[in-house]
Amino acid sequence: MTTDTSVRAPLSAAARLRHRKWYQQPRWKRLFAMVALAVVLTQAIGVQGVRGDIFFALQENFTGVRLWVCLAIAVTIWAVREFGADVMARYSAALRVETDRPVERPADVPPAEGLSPRTAHVWLPATVARSVKLATARFRQNATYRWTALGALLAFLVLLPLMVSTLWQQVLVDQIGMYVLVAIGLNVVIGWAGMLDLGFIAFFAIGAYSAAFWTGGLPVEPPVELNNFLVIPVAVVTCLIAGVLLGAPTLRLRGDYLAIVTLGFHEIVYLVARNWSDFTGGTRGAPNLDRFSIDLGFWSYQWRLDPAPYYWLQLVFIVVIVVLFLRLEHSRVGRAWTAIREDEVAAAATGVNTVRFKLLAFAIGASTSGVAGVVYAGKQGFINPEQFMVMMSVLALSYVVFGGMGSLAGVILGTAILVWLPEFLRDIVAPEDRFLYLGGLLVVMMIYRPQGLLPSRRRQRELRMAEEGSGGADALGAQPGGVRG
Amino acid sequence: MSLSDIWDVLVLGVVLGSLYAVIAIGYTLVYGVLQLLNFAHSEVFMAGGFGGVIALTIFEPTADPSGIQSVVYILLGITAGAALGGFVAFGLEKAAYLPLRRRNAPRLVFLITAIGASFFLYNLAGKLFGRYPIPMPSMYENRRLFTVFGAPVSVTQFLIVVVGVLMLVTVDFVVNRTKLGSGIRAVAQDPEVASLMGVNIDRVVSRTFVLGGLMGGAAGFLFGTNLQVDYTMGFLPGITAFSAAVLGGIGNVRGAMLGGLTLGIVESFTVEIWGDAWRYVGGFAALVLVLMLRPTGILGERVGRAA
Repeated sequence: MTTDTSVRAPLSAAARLRHRKWYQQPRWKRLFAMVALAVVLTQAIGVQGVRGDIFFALQENFTGVRLWVCLAIAVTIWAVREFGADVMARYSAALRVETDRPVERPADVPPAEGLSPRTAHVWLPATVARSVKLATARFRQNATYRWTALGALLAFLVLLPLMVSTLWQQVLVDQIGMYVLVAIGLNVVIGWAGMLDLGFIAFFAIGAYSAAFWTGGLPVEPPVELNNFLVIPVAVVTCLIAGVLLGAPTLRLRGDYLAIVTLGFHEIVYLVARNWSDFTGGTRGAPNLDRFSIDLGFWSYQWRLDPAPYYWLQLVFIVVIVVLFLRLEHSRVGRAWTAIREDEVAAAATGVNTVRFKLLAFAIGASTSGVAGVVYAGKQGFINPEQFMVMMSVLALSYVVFGGMGSLAGVILGTAILVWLPEFLRDIVAPEDRFLYLGGLLVVMMIYRPQGLLPSRRRQRELRMAEEGSGGADALGAQPGGVRG
Repeated sequence: MSLSDIWDVLVLGVVLGSLYAVIAIGYTLVYGVLQLLNFAHSEVFMAGGFGGVIALTIFEPTADPSGIQSVVYILLGITAGAALGGFVAFGLEKAAYLPLRRRNAPRLVFLITAIGASFFLYNLAGKLFGRYPIPMPSMYENRRLFTVFGAPVSVTQFLIVVVGVLMLVTVDFVVNRTKLGSGIRAVAQDPEVASLMGVNIDRVVSRTFVLGGLMGGAAGFLFGTNLQVDYTMGFLPGITAFSAAVLGGIGNVRGAMLGGLTLGIVESFTVEIWGDAWRYVGGFAALVLVLMLRPTGILGERVGRAA
């Protein structure tokens, strides 16, 4: 058998001729990289620094057992990759053959070379992968199957708060539901239109503050006091206008300016909320807001402290918005976004008004965030500027990216997992370290799996094509100086 | 606001502006060669501040250093800050951006990586050194040095401006007159042709990051001497310095200097007129205004001609 035993491409003749010191060889360079990564990892999972002694954490981390564990893991991974390439290649080939084979193996299909498909470590993962593939295919093809699965999922989601403790109900409403709503909106901007918005929570704050204003919770009296439900359209319009005002001057420019402008916008919204005490209540915020209530004359309902009813309300909002957005994705607008993402110049040449559609995506995203803000204010009953920090925008971004930009199911699942996980690990991981791990996760995701957890197939293809040099997979504008690739 | 107040504010503005200019160089150089907004550059700046604090804590200054001792400590701090900044920038490029460049990833992927790296780095600093402001050890007596039209200039302010100007002159020289500089300009103009002409792109990109990191790190130390060091200290100066780079014309080194100075002055006037709480609003408003009127910045974009 003459297979290439190395995973990486062999050195060219010229490179082989060049004299290299041992430490300049790729193999040893990779070892150094792994060791460096291990050291960084040790610092990341190490102890928390203390006030007054800046060397405390460094000292602890470099003398503790963590460093050795991390180093051992890193060196093992390196050794397996360098010297076990042959075994791994054979294993993955066997796995692939086993996964791809038909359910009933015909007599003439031989088992994979080298490894027996009957061994458990090939057969088990291959069977799991095959079942997943089969289920996905069935889900895609068969409408009855799809609707049943969807119905079951919905029933599960409706009954979910009855199955968990009040503490988790709170998490479900305050964190998961809220961020899912935000992430669905952000998905429009980043996943569908391919623009990077780092000030998304600013619109959330605008929504929350408009809820506070129109229900009479701010120091300034509104012209008319509205019910929380009636505030929603008002907040949508407010955020739409804010989005257009911010987007109109910047979307015409090179797309990557948008990131910094939105970041600055968020900071300004935060500063205004904190410093303009006469209007926003300053750092105290708005302490006593109306909660949601319905009064139809013949029937009325008041949401109170129990989180479960808020959950169902949120679920209704999420389902409505998801249905609307699914329609939008496959409409003319959605197709225009796809065209802009895949190749902005070509889209403009075929008559898509790129600036208008980008602005539309930006405004739709902003108004969704605004709705989430109103829901948040109506649930919490109080708001203050510290609830709308810039970090939250980055959190929302990492949720969308983790789940899979452009795929609604992925975004929802990714958000739910990433919000749930830190709550679940609360006793093990300090809450303020969350951002550390999420930042690291973003980097690792972008290097190894930029398409996310449950990618949309189209987006995945675009990313791959962009890497091969056709199309952009984002709406950051044509590269200066001509054609990309 | 009387006339002498204007000079006061102007002095503050120039001091702040030279810091912004030095940080903005890092943004503009990286943008020039990679068309990447390196958000994590603000963390390089922060690392510089910590580098200075660490070095000065190791070589504890005596109670009241003066004369030649102060100069040694200042040089030590700047060197340590620049070194750590350069090191972080180098590691960042190797760990986060190099794999993406190898794969020719879309620019959105780069941007998200930059955000993630920025978050990772500043929270790592918060974890290692505590989430509290850390005062810079005193290196000299911060007295009034001289006055400019009645506006007092303290030692720190003088130091920041002098070191800033020196670094700006150096970077201008490096980009325009050295072999590395012509490599940077070549890669900025057309990476493919540059590599055909024998420019080692990986090496140029890596060194560009290091150059920007050295500048950013030293600026971080200077910023720390003025105020204090803190794990979130990079964020707002980072945004402002980026705005400065865009304001002057991104990819244009002299534009970044001009933009930094402009923003510093705008900012200190904002503080004087509306109060400290609105500090960053002025700079941001200036950015949006300039972008609306002149989308390529004051001196014009020269992506492709990084000088």
